[in-house]
Amino acid sequence: MTTTPLDPQNWSCPVPLRDHPTIVMGHGGGGRLGAELIEHLFLPAFGGTGSILAQLGDAAVVQAGAARLAFSTDSFVVRPRFFPGGNLGDLAINGTVNDVAMTGAVPLFLSAGFVLEEGLALDELGILAQTMGAAARRAGVEVVTGDTKVVDAGHGDGAYITTAGVGLIAPGVDLGPHRVQPGDVVLVSGPIGLHGIAVLSVRDGFEFGSEILSDTAPLNGLVAALLAAGVDVHMMRDPTRGGVAAILNEIAASSDTGVEIVERSVPVPEPVSAACSLLGLDPLEVANEGRLVAFVGRDDADHALEVLRSDPLGVGATAIGQVVAEHAGVVVARTGIGGTRVVDLPLSEQLPRIC
Amino acid sequence: MKYLDEFADPELARGLLDDIARTVTRPWSIMEVCGGQTHTIIRNGIDQLLPDDVTLIHGPGCPVCVTPLETIDRALAIAARPEVIFCTFGDMARVPGSNGDLLSVKAAGGDVRLVYSPLDAVHLARQFPEREVVFFAIGFETTAPANAMTVQMARRLELTNFSLLVSHVLVPPAMTAILEAPRRRVQGFLAAGHVCTVMGMAQYVPLVERYQVPIVVTGFEPLDVLEGIRRVLAQLEEGRAELENAYPRAVSFEGNPTARRVVDEVFEVCDRQWRGIGLIPRSGWRLAPAFAEFDAEQRFDVGSIVAEESPRCRSGEVLQGHITPPQCEAFGTGCTPRSPLGAPMVSSEGACAAYYQFRRLNGPALASS
Repeated sequence: MTTTPLDPQNWSCPVPLRDHPTIVMGHGGGGRLGAELIEHLFLPAFGGTGSILAQLGDAAVVQAGAARLAFSTDSFVVRPRFFPGGNLGDLAINGTVNDVAMTGAVPLFLSAGFVLEEGLALDELGILAQTMGAAARRAGVEVVTGDTKVVDAGHGDGAYITTAGVGLIAPGVDLGPHRVQPGDVVLVSGPIGLHGIAVLSVRDGFEFGSEILSDTAPLNGLVAALLAAGVDVHMMRDPTRGGVAAILNEIAASSDTGVEIVERSVPVPEPVSAACSLLGLDPLEVANEGRLVAFVGRDDADHALEVLRSDPLGVGATAIGQVVAEHAGVVVARTGIGGTRVVDLPLSEQLPRIC
Repeated sequence: MKYLDEFADPELARGLLDDIARTVTRPWSIMEVCGGQTHTIIRNGIDQLLPDDVTLIHGPGCPVCVTPLETIDRALAIAARPEVIFCTFGDMARVPGSNGDLLSVKAAGGDVRLVYSPLDAVHLARQFPEREVVFFAIGFETTAPANAMTVQMARRLELTNFSLLVSHVLVPPAMTAILEAPRRRVQGFLAAGHVCTVMGMAQYVPLVERYQVPIVVTGFEPLDVLEGIRRVLAQLEEGRAELENAYPRAVSFEGNPTARRVVDEVFEVCDRQWRGIGLIPRSGWRLAPAFAEFDAEQRFDVGSIVAEESPRCRSGEVLQGHITPPQCEAFGTGCTPRSPLGAPMVSSEGACAAYYQFRRLNGPALASS
């Protein structure tokens, strides 16, 4: 590959990026802005449309000798670092374990990189590390390499953690948008919106009394159970930033099918729906850290639900919709009162409404 | 918290829709004044479930959408100053001024903070006495009491580093302007329930009498909106023009006198520019002279700001109910939530954004239906 100096004029489609000459928070919000950054800036720089990166899944699937590996990385910058139900450490392990597991892989080894700000209490770092160790043991993975950097006070926000993970995909396991087809049933493994609202409930200037706990959890057990039971799984994703709305849109677009959900079937816990209603947020767009969305063959939906519900992390599993041949690339919801609406990819981070 | 599922019950909704279908014998046009109601209508597909004879016109009741361009440019100029912490409600942050929005000011190093309550801004002023904290006080009568309380609190706490950039707007003068418009299409109103929670209902009596137009105070959940529509249609079909309250669980005729006293003390009525509509006499609130020291426009000299709207944006006609968003040539092509030409494409309560988000498919046919 020849390298040429970066010329912004040569971006494949520079127009969308010109709206924002600088990085804005929305570029990291899991929505359309972030997707455009990847498509128009990172992907062309790292190999273009034919590259492995162009799979654009949460984890890449690569061939290494005879083995098929899933490989993923994620950076964690949550604020506050401690929230009801978890902390930055849990997220850093579970997030990467889940990204690897969604390919159908068995996650095995993780790396952990720490960017620490001068002045961070050693006690706090100790708690984060202990939490990460416990989370790794729970998930059955091992942190095998790491790195630590320290930045001047004021040049970081306490602690950022980057993890990467690899896992092994068993022969015969083949998940992805190419498997998604009309008739597939869309399942979620439990109630949605808990993580995003739990973090919001303790964010600066916005403390509200709530008993909502983050759902952060490793999902590799659920995935393994589904595959071991022989369920005809076509694709899985964990709906983190951008929520269920974002991943349904991504799957609809990448599989060139339409997705149809029934809003009343979507399990939204009452405190989540109350907080969303108050703030003008859509529960479908709120982040989860311990849920998976699975697309399974129509005839296997009941079996899949049975398997999911037999695991403590999947007791709330339910079907929320189906894949259709109509309106390819678009997600449509049947609303509570019987109307319909398009569920769009969130633009950027959610902005609470005024009233 | 109840009232969520109960007020979206499909069977009750079906009953109201059947009732509406039986009532309607000819074409009627109803305006929902408030952007919150527009959001409910589009998000739940209510407009698709109504008889073809019923046209809903989306009113100017999104405070973010009607805040004048000059005011936003002033906000951008103030927010860019190094000594300022600029506090705003979330959906104001992405409204385009002449040159960028508050989020781009933040990205360029400005200290812009999204707050959930105006009182958070007062707390910031106490926390950072060496900084100037400015709160962008926008909204209708609903948000005014809490915004007014901040300056009362700032005075009590003897804060000298807190100010408001005020652009409050009032609903009844806007309804009058719509009723006086030469191209008036609106035959009945769903009045904004939460505005009435504060202001009560008395202001609407003269409108009903003078213009012989049904006004029904309406809430925001799907069944609330359907009930409001049902009552307006019943009045129209029977030739009545009355003021009704379809939102009694939140609204009394008197409103909230305590909240009004706070507003009366802090604000005074003024003429106000509405973005996309123009100047409406006596349609806004500004800080009363006794609170001038808290006025950000007086505290910060940002020079004279003259702003011009994009000539392609027809948001004025949308806000006045002359066209629906998809009838604008720029809708969905030159103007999207990512790169909005006008404010109604930004706020989730803005009519253009609501159409874009929830109706990108034109009445999608569900395969399973």
